[in-house]
Amino acid sequence: MENYIEVRWHGRAQQGVVTAAKLLGESCLISGKYVQAFPEFGPERMGAPVRAYNRISSDPIRLHCQVTEPRYVLIADPTLIGVVGVTDGTPADAVFIVNTAKPAAQMREELGLKGKGARVYTLDASKISLETIGRVMPNTPLLGALAKVTDIIPLDALIANFKENYAKKFSDKVIEGNVSAMKRAFEEVKGD
Amino acid sequence: MAITTKGQIGLTGNTAIAYAMKQINPDVCPAYPITPSTGIIEDFAGFVADGEVDTEMITVESEHSAMSACIGAEAAGARVMTATSSQGLALMWEMLYIASGMRLPIVLTNVNRALSAPINIHCDHSDSMGARDAGWVQLYSETVQEAYDNLIQAIRIAEHTDVLLPTMVCLDGFITSHAIENISLISDADVKGFIGAYKPAHALLDVEHPITYGAMSLPDNYIEFKHEQSRAMARSKAVVSAIGAEFGKKFGRSYGLFDAYRLEDADSVIVILNSAAGTTKVAVDELRAQGKKVGMLRPRLFRPFPFEELAKALSGAKAIAVLDRVDSMNGFGGPLFNEIRSALYETDSRPKVMSRIYGLGGRDYKVKDALGVYDELGKVVSTGKVETLQKYITL
Repeated sequence: MENYIEVRWHGRAQQGVVTAAKLLGESCLISGKYVQAFPEFGPERMGAPVRAYNRISSDPIRLHCQVTEPRYVLIADPTLIGVVGVTDGTPADAVFIVNTAKPAAQMREELGLKGKGARVYTLDASKISLETIGRVMPNTPLLGALAKVTDIIPLDALIANFKENYAKKFSDKVIEGNVSAMKRAFEEVKGD
Repeated sequence: MAITTKGQIGLTGNTAIAYAMKQINPDVCPAYPITPSTGIIEDFAGFVADGEVDTEMITVESEHSAMSACIGAEAAGARVMTATSSQGLALMWEMLYIASGMRLPIVLTNVNRALSAPINIHCDHSDSMGARDAGWVQLYSETVQEAYDNLIQAIRIAEHTDVLLPTMVCLDGFITSHAIENISLISDADVKGFIGAYKPAHALLDVEHPITYGAMSLPDNYIEFKHEQSRAMARSKAVVSAIGAEFGKKFGRSYGLFDAYRLEDADSVIVILNSAAGTTKVAVDELRAQGKKVGMLRPRLFRPFPFEELAKALSGAKAIAVLDRVDSMNGFGGPLFNEIRSALYETDSRPKVMSRIYGLGGRDYKVKDALGVYDELGKVVSTGKVETLQKYITL
């Protein structure tokens, strides 16, 4: 049987979840893993619900079907809870990371996971990004939080990939802002 | 681009194809972008704008014009490439036949997408299967890596003097075109060395050797032209094999006419094209672990159809399901089924073969779907009877 982990990203178009999946895939690839990163294939409209996915493995990945039972779920926009099935297909030991100012215990309730074995974490990724990057862009803070609460990828690898591969695309200020955002998220993410 | 210690990077199918085109550096690229192949032309137009290639990019007003410009440029003596999908390939229709009839080695990437109506942007093989009799060599690709490797080989296949036929490389829309996967790239110098400089066999701009293209041909010689074209198509099979082997020797990844997976002693076999083959392999491993004799075969070359080799590879099986991501709308099963079953008619063992249509318009094909088909095949093996010859799955 295939040995891999699966990740699902929820957000709205323009919140950067497709980029987040790409960044996670690239960072894992640099550390020697086999990866897949792909968006939900649907109409693209600003504000529309968007999903993106990752598969990560130590072995070549042969599966080419959709990710429907992810263990890791990252939610960039809490207003999607109750609108799209953010908990669909998740196993009992799933890990949820939500961009919200609310505490994890309250988010657990809103996710309908009270008394369940899933782990729930929250961080105010919008506020962090506003204060570090200068605009609301919750994707890189969510990656920093993922590095803290799972062993999928170390924070250093995320930062190294971003600095190395996006230096041409973004200004130094944008790179530094995103690196600070990841670091702050790493410190501020909290479980219940 | 992120590069690992293993020399691998993460690219989508579209980015990898555009990168191969950059390394190939064609003389002319006429294009009219269409989802899901748009990214190829977007990226390649970037290379043109940045001066990273010498290509003359021709933006046209339709795919019909794109293929027409390909034909004109290739006939003039240029190395020509383009990319399209779905309705775009359908709109090229009459020009596809003209490209092959004039024996012009144009290389086209088709990112497989369903045909309207109803309108749908997702993967199935209706587009390229509709063009299967257009006289183009057709290669199908399971992964981003194979799509990249196939495109580089396609140049050599198309331009080979035994062939001189347009060649189409197919990959699955979104599933392969938009997914980042690990891929090893070949250096620019190695790609250049492998494909060589283009020396057209005939060129309209070679005024020392005037020739005629697209002449009228009446009953006194039209059939001879078609006979020659058919023979060239038949010869291309050996060329595809030889170039796949040479590619393997040089770059470590060999390609044959098809990919056989755990087929040696398999009783039950699924035959399937492109990305869904990977998912099927996972199902094969799961069943093999339970001691079940199952296998998979993925044709890489569909045109010319290597019927002798496929029949030989499949003759040891007892029950075969051919999965088509396209329907011939009440033809006798899907196109792949039709040809596989016909190829097996000449074998002594003549295994039972059934047709399953799956995944139209991007419907997901999961491991459980493959397991369901193997379950049906197991029953055919034990009873010797096919209960349902043709049906849709993944409904």
